[in-house]
Amino acid sequence: MGGISLNYLLRRLLVFFLTLWVAATLIFIIPRLAPGDPIAAMVARLSYQAGFVENSGAIIEGWKERFGLNDPVYVQYFRYLGGLLQGDLGFSMARFPSTVTELVGRALPWTIGLVGVATAIFFVVGNLFGALLAWNKTPRLVKVLIPMSMIFTSIPPLLAGLLLSYTFAFLLGWFPQTYSYGFGMTPGLTLEFIANVIHHGFLPAMAIVIVTFGYWALGMRGMMVTIEGEDYMILAQAKGLKPFYVLYRYMIRNAILPQMTALAVSIGTLVNGVVLVEVIFNYNGMGTLIVTALREQDFGLIQGTSFILIVTSALAVLIIDLSYPLIDPRISLEGR
Amino acid sequence: MADDRKVKDAPVAGGTKKAGVLNRFDNPWLNWKFLAGTGILGILFFLIFLGYQLWDTNLALSARAPLNLPPLGFENWRGQTGIPEHPLGTENSGRDMLALWIVGTPRTIFVGVIAATVGMLAGIVLGFMAGFLGGVFDDVIRLAVDIAITIPSLLVLIVIQAVLGRVDLVTMALLISLFSWATPTRYIRAQVLSMRESGYVQMARLSGVPARDIMFKEIMPNLLPYLSASYIGNMQGAIISAVGLEVLGFGPQRIPSLGVAIFFSIEAGALFRNMWWWWGIPTVTLTVVFIALLLINLGLDEIANPRLRKAS
Repeated sequence: MGGISLNYLLRRLLVFFLTLWVAATLIFIIPRLAPGDPIAAMVARLSYQAGFVENSGAIIEGWKERFGLNDPVYVQYFRYLGGLLQGDLGFSMARFPSTVTELVGRALPWTIGLVGVATAIFFVVGNLFGALLAWNKTPRLVKVLIPMSMIFTSIPPLLAGLLLSYTFAFLLGWFPQTYSYGFGMTPGLTLEFIANVIHHGFLPAMAIVIVTFGYWALGMRGMMVTIEGEDYMILAQAKGLKPFYVLYRYMIRNAILPQMTALAVSIGTLVNGVVLVEVIFNYNGMGTLIVTALREQDFGLIQGTSFILIVTSALAVLIIDLSYPLIDPRISLEGR
Repeated sequence: MADDRKVKDAPVAGGTKKAGVLNRFDNPWLNWKFLAGTGILGILFFLIFLGYQLWDTNLALSARAPLNLPPLGFENWRGQTGIPEHPLGTENSGRDMLALWIVGTPRTIFVGVIAATVGMLAGIVLGFMAGFLGGVFDDVIRLAVDIAITIPSLLVLIVIQAVLGRVDLVTMALLISLFSWATPTRYIRAQVLSMRESGYVQMARLSGVPARDIMFKEIMPNLLPYLSASYIGNMQGAIISAVGLEVLGFGPQRIPSLGVAIFFSIEAGALFRNMWWWWGIPTVTLTVVFIALLLINLGLDEIANPRLRKAS
């Protein structure tokens, strides 16, 4: 490799591990800051639903012993961190024999797939549109049409999801309204199944794309405008290089680097949006899992799902940050 | 033309104002995006104000109206048509949609304003400390910002709310503001860093002006357009978080805001029952609010950055 300076690498790794530690600690502390006792509250809810729960006192004690809540807080904390390190997220309270890791393992690939595809689309489309907006050779019509397509920029993905779901799934019936693949399909690497997954994932992905790509277009345009004033642009034109070559090698190449940094910064917001889009489409990823857990008051599952999504986001940021110097050769020269 | 604009808007104290007096038609604040955005919000607030005067807002409580009526001129799946007493229809617990709109819209914006203001104030203090004082402050604040930006705030808010249950709007706004300081801090730090090296700051420093005065009397006024653009962006983010939490069911339930109305409609399967007015009215209203905020944000960006103005 050789492109990444050691300091940069260490700082990124430090941020990554600190993020995981802060998230884990927050998720550990928050329930314990709340007034009352989570187990007692859970049993109270059970008896509210069932009318009466026999031996509720004994149940509370039993659960407390089971979850180790009678130990001092710092013992609980280190046991919890130790468990996380081994990938042990505890049990789901509502679906007891299932562990959180199992449930998360089933949901996570769908969410990563959805986010990954949507990100690839909005990043490419957004930057391309932004570059075309600023380029002086772009046809007039395109320069008028692009800003019009950006009307939904900045509205929450969940609202876009509602509008798309109603129009294209309910009214027109072009796309299915819920889930990530058809009822009765057997997941597998068949052509039919993949087509089905794309059909189901199209609207959720579009809900994210139509509200996001405008930001990237605007950012790209801003960057391009700055670059247009640079001396090397005048030189490139004076050399008589083809306009398209100048656009690609001189303008986009330079403008894309800050966009990569911006992408790393926006991952957190992106994940927020995806969680809610999944809820709208009942897409069987992490967002839907977390909402199911909320509905079932399954606190262990809520904590586990949140933590794993935070880890995934932090990992995505780390990967983008580490690939950035590989794209920009200047970073390794600056060293530091 | 673009060149003399650049000179006029250079960060010289009072420079922009003077330029406006010299040629009032070249005033950067006469930006169509900024004006359109503020105009849309103005009309919206005027309509809400009219609504409070002319409409019975108690109808936003449950069981005040017949259930599931469509808006005037439409028919629902039971064949009922809209009635003039409830021109925008009603939902399945007997709330009048017009009253709900009048009451709910300002509540949603209110959460955004509080969360954005608290986050912004924290961002200004932290951003200036990091950018201007540098050293250990900068290291610690940068690290905290990097961590806070990486964590998707909604997930931590979900954990908090799962413990707290349903909360009132102010608590919700304050919870959201716990996560709305990082982006402004990062942005302000970058701006302060670039301004710190400019001539007039160096001059002030050489003249022995105290650091606090340089920060708030020299740099701050020149940052104002950037700060206001960042504030609007922060408000968008805060409203997005608030609507997200509400759609997950953590909002005030007795008098719903727009996000809570969407939560109710999803829970009741309004999407499948073709009760488009139930989720549609809040959704379209929020969409309009967000488009207005985006226009204001873009306008302020162009006001702050003459280069962008040239390009548009």
